[in-house]
Amino acid sequence: MTIENIIWFIPLAPILAFFLIVLLTNRTKWLSHTIAILAALISAALTFYVIYDVASEGHLAEQVIISMLKWFPTGDSWFTISVLVDPLTLATLFFVSITILMIFIYSVGYHNFGAPKGDHDRPGLQPHGATLTDAHGHKHRVMSIEPMYSRFFAFFGLFAFGMYLLVTTGNLLILFVGWEIMGLCSYLLIGFWYAKPSARAAAIKAFLTTRIADVLMLLGIAYLYFATGTLNFHEIFVPEVLEQLALEPALNGFLGLSIAGLIGILIIFGTIGKSAQFPLHVWLPDAMEGPTPVSAMIHAATMVSAGVYLVIRFFPLLSAGWEGHGLTPPMTLMAFIGAFTAILSATIAIAQNDVKRVLAYSTISQLGFMIAALGIGGYVAATFHLVTHAFFKALLFLGSGSVIHGVEHGVFHTGEHLDPQDMYNMGGLRRKMPITFWTFLIGGFALAGFPILTAGFWSKDEILAEAYFHSHWPIFITLAVAALITAFYTMRQITLTFLGEPRTKAADHAHESHWTMTLPLVILAVFSLAVGWLGIPEEFPLLGGLLPNLAHEVGGALPEPPEAIPFSVWPLLTSLVVSLGGLTLGWLVYRNVKAGQPDPLAKPLGPLWTVLKNKYYFDELYDFLFIRPAHWMAEDFAIWMDENVIDGILHGIASIGPALGSFFRNYIDKPIVNGFGDWIADTTRKIGVGLRVIQTGRVQQYMVMALVSLVAFGIIFYLLLVQ
Amino acid sequence: MESLINPLTLVTFFPLVGVLIIAFLKQEQKNAARWIALIVSLITFGISLWVLAQFDSANTDLQMVVNIPWIQVAGWNITYYLGVDGLSILLLLLTTFLTPISILSTWTAVEDRVKDFMMFFLLLEVGMLGVFLAQDLFLFYIFWEFTLVPMYFLIGIWGGQRRMYAAIKFFLYTMAGSILMLLAILWLGINQGTFSLPELTAQGGIAANLQIWLFLAFAAAFAIKVPMWPLHSWLPDAHVEAPTAGSVILAGILLKLGTYGFLRFNLGLFPEASVQLAPWVAGLAVIGILYGAMVSYAQKDVKKLVAYSSVSHLGFVMLGLFALNAQGIEGGILQMINHGLSTGALFLIVGMIYERRHTRDMDAFGGLWKIMPVYAVLTLIVSLSSMGLPGLNGFVGEFTILLGAWGAGQDGGALGSVWFAALAALGVIMAAVYILFMFQKLFLGPVTKEENRTLKDINWREIATLVPLIILIFWIGLYPKPFFDLMSPTVGNLVATLQSAAVAVLP
Repeated sequence: MTIENIIWFIPLAPILAFFLIVLLTNRTKWLSHTIAILAALISAALTFYVIYDVASEGHLAEQVIISMLKWFPTGDSWFTISVLVDPLTLATLFFVSITILMIFIYSVGYHNFGAPKGDHDRPGLQPHGATLTDAHGHKHRVMSIEPMYSRFFAFFGLFAFGMYLLVTTGNLLILFVGWEIMGLCSYLLIGFWYAKPSARAAAIKAFLTTRIADVLMLLGIAYLYFATGTLNFHEIFVPEVLEQLALEPALNGFLGLSIAGLIGILIIFGTIGKSAQFPLHVWLPDAMEGPTPVSAMIHAATMVSAGVYLVIRFFPLLSAGWEGHGLTPPMTLMAFIGAFTAILSATIAIAQNDVKRVLAYSTISQLGFMIAALGIGGYVAATFHLVTHAFFKALLFLGSGSVIHGVEHGVFHTGEHLDPQDMYNMGGLRRKMPITFWTFLIGGFALAGFPILTAGFWSKDEILAEAYFHSHWPIFITLAVAALITAFYTMRQITLTFLGEPRTKAADHAHESHWTMTLPLVILAVFSLAVGWLGIPEEFPLLGGLLPNLAHEVGGALPEPPEAIPFSVWPLLTSLVVSLGGLTLGWLVYRNVKAGQPDPLAKPLGPLWTVLKNKYYFDELYDFLFIRPAHWMAEDFAIWMDENVIDGILHGIASIGPALGSFFRNYIDKPIVNGFGDWIADTTRKIGVGLRVIQTGRVQQYMVMALVSLVAFGIIFYLLLVQ
Repeated sequence: MESLINPLTLVTFFPLVGVLIIAFLKQEQKNAARWIALIVSLITFGISLWVLAQFDSANTDLQMVVNIPWIQVAGWNITYYLGVDGLSILLLLLTTFLTPISILSTWTAVEDRVKDFMMFFLLLEVGMLGVFLAQDLFLFYIFWEFTLVPMYFLIGIWGGQRRMYAAIKFFLYTMAGSILMLLAILWLGINQGTFSLPELTAQGGIAANLQIWLFLAFAAAFAIKVPMWPLHSWLPDAHVEAPTAGSVILAGILLKLGTYGFLRFNLGLFPEASVQLAPWVAGLAVIGILYGAMVSYAQKDVKKLVAYSSVSHLGFVMLGLFALNAQGIEGGILQMINHGLSTGALFLIVGMIYERRHTRDMDAFGGLWKIMPVYAVLTLIVSLSSMGLPGLNGFVGEFTILLGAWGAGQDGGALGSVWFAALAALGVIMAAVYILFMFQKLFLGPVTKEENRTLKDINWREIATLVPLIILIFWIGLYPKPFFDLMSPTVGNLVATLQSAAVAVLP
């Protein structure tokens, strides 16, 4: 079988798993997860086979394109379904397939496979635990299995399908299909515990926020189609087409943009929604309402990565007309949005106490790094950071899930009522959960950019180097500060969670998770370190050139592969200082936090702390600016319009009929028609009455009258005729 | 000389066979009436498939034509003229497809005067098929008005509490629009010497300013039927009061009579006027999209919500048709089918819950997913289709329409501004809002009402009414090519006419 055909099977395996579970095995839990994991394994194996095959033939930079099905017509041409493989596809498939497989395996343990059914568990709610009676008659509470276990794996299959479809396709419209399938899956999975009102609200928020962006993107797709007559990447990303798009003004000079500029901005909006960038970042933290593997799936393996993948894929169009200096409007937008989001959400992360929310804001911030990097032309740096981030963020989320699990276990044991996700209820977990601790430490250090060892260092350094080399100082400084804050809140998280002494009894009774959860952690930890070593710049002191710089090969996906930027010591020094400095500061501030003590930063930051804690009040602001007016428009204005104005006019017209009728009746019918008739009758009667006087019945009188009449007629006759 | 008995005559009048048989039943023989109506409508569907088998999609002319002189007095030249082409074949199939499904949905919902109900229902089918197939203006008008009568009785006899108000509003409103159309038809027939639509189209030659008036006269009838904003207010009342099967047919097919009328008569007969008025029609369509979506969101009654969503969805159809290019018109036709499937299914779904709880107030529900899982999943699929999720039918239609509208907004296009497409796209977002909130209120969250705990999940008969619709929802969403193939050549022909008209009219 050729490589071209194998690619088709990568997305096929998980969708098959989805249908198998839904239709056949939804009542057999072990079979459902076996099928799902098997599908993820097949996809991963095929991915690696493709990577191996392409790499061994040494044509990593060449594109392999297959068009297959005519999907639907648009006037005189057809949309086709195709696959495309280039270095960017391979790099994305690489991290997607591994993280998805790990998350699938982890979910088995996370949903307490093998545990008994809960006492009062219902579908649509989190499992609440079961009571077991041991041989001695002692009752104790343990965790219970998820009631909708099979459904979870079915949705995951669909989710994975969406992502694989998006990555392997060579057509923007199919990409959009995968994109929306993931949107649906995020809705279903964030709202997985649908009986919980907060989960339900978060699901709708996620779907609608991303949908706003998707529709703008859809307009971009429509425009692109009309401008080029195709949505196939290999037909759009050719220099002649791009040049044309960059020169022609859009829509009679709308905002002074070129066609490429306007399409690019519309497409970037898609990414702003999907990758939770300012101003549409509000959905991602709420998405934590879903089960933790879902967070890992959304934050690392699939959805938000898809957003960044889209702009990287479209970089040739976004940068059309860019000669290496003076950014194009779409690039400027990306640089600004990315850098702003990076620092905005990094600051929010400082003040969050929920172990998953900190990670959520760190995701938003790291995605900002990537988008800013792409905005200043750092194609390779953005891709590299996308890959490394996926590994360490998947690791961190799964690690946090393991931590929560451990604390929940303690909660069942002690019977305390506390939030198992609040870091202030933790502490000292390093001794109870050593594997989770060490892997989380690796993930956290990678996020903070701990030098040399971790992957995050290399990719973040690459971004800073790009900004430095191209002299984008505002971007460079913003990102450097954001990196410092990142290191700081990461160490805050590690310290509060794992170091020091336990602050609650539950934390004291936590214990290490099942191997199905820790094994994925270990594997992801290895990748969180080693992947970075594949992107060491050749000129790096001592280490450069020891390993091939594979990250740079990604540039081969562009029509004109970018040159590697020359090595400079200043960005390197900056990276070192911000990451080590941030980590040290975080440890110093938080190492001695005791139970019940407020956050050490709360006092010195004062009102600023409150603002950060409340996420700059974005939710409240949007509620005031958009949601309330929209409610008013729909519930008050539109309904009023419909019931009073439109139906009012209609009823008005309808009542014209009766009104007209009564007008005719009262003013025409009665006075004129009836009146005339009555007048005739009346007059006749009056004449009759008048004449009655002479009808006396006496013959003599009649004779007199006859005689008088005769004389009178005779005189008239004589006068008229004889004269 | 064509014979009177041809496939189209057969398919149009076959339901009368059922009417005749049922007429001889006693009022108590309810099941017999149901079965006869179902079987007859299924055979009608079979005949329509036979029509499809004979249909040559590459041929842009009318096919299976029957054309016989009918009323020939005083210079009037009225013919019995039926024919089918790419514009109507899908609507013909949709009609024969939805009718048996609707009849099946009444099995337990209609217990009162079943015999009469079924007779009216089959008569209604005759009228609708006639509208889609008639090629003579006079014949068309007769069928058009004929559809009003059975629907009036369906609402007026088997409807809800305010059924008389709704039935009369429906009847008078649509009648009022039709009168103007009748005047235009008579004017055309007398001045142009023929009532035959193909002949009139071929003759052309109606002065541009006259075209505008005739266009408006036809549009009055069709716009009320669609219904276009602001002539839509009969629709929610009619829907809310109509029995479930009536709503399915009303939304699924009767509204398409209006959009089909625009497509067949306004675009075909008055191309110059269409080009000139396109931005106005499209403007009303966009207002309808947004307005319908907003009012939908504010509804508490789930059936009213679905009814207003029709105003929004048909706005999309109208926008597509008046983009006057191939993408727009093909998308518009496909979206007529899509709306018939999705909204038809939604009304069935609403009917199912109403039959169980006798309320449609969304606040009376919540957490039904747990209690009625099969029902919940099927509803989810239909809802997603209605809001245009890729992979399901609604997306293909909406996307093609947006493509068309965007294209028509470019230089040389009929609309002259991409804002039509941009604002319509806003409607896509709003559709997601009201549909998701509806789904949430019914199915998610905790079970708040005790009486909901004992609700039974849907039975096999109810599943059987939904599954054929859902199969088509997936089919069109995943592989719409066969559906486009049926209409493309004819639409191409129409677009060519419109383009030459545009060259003549536009500066």
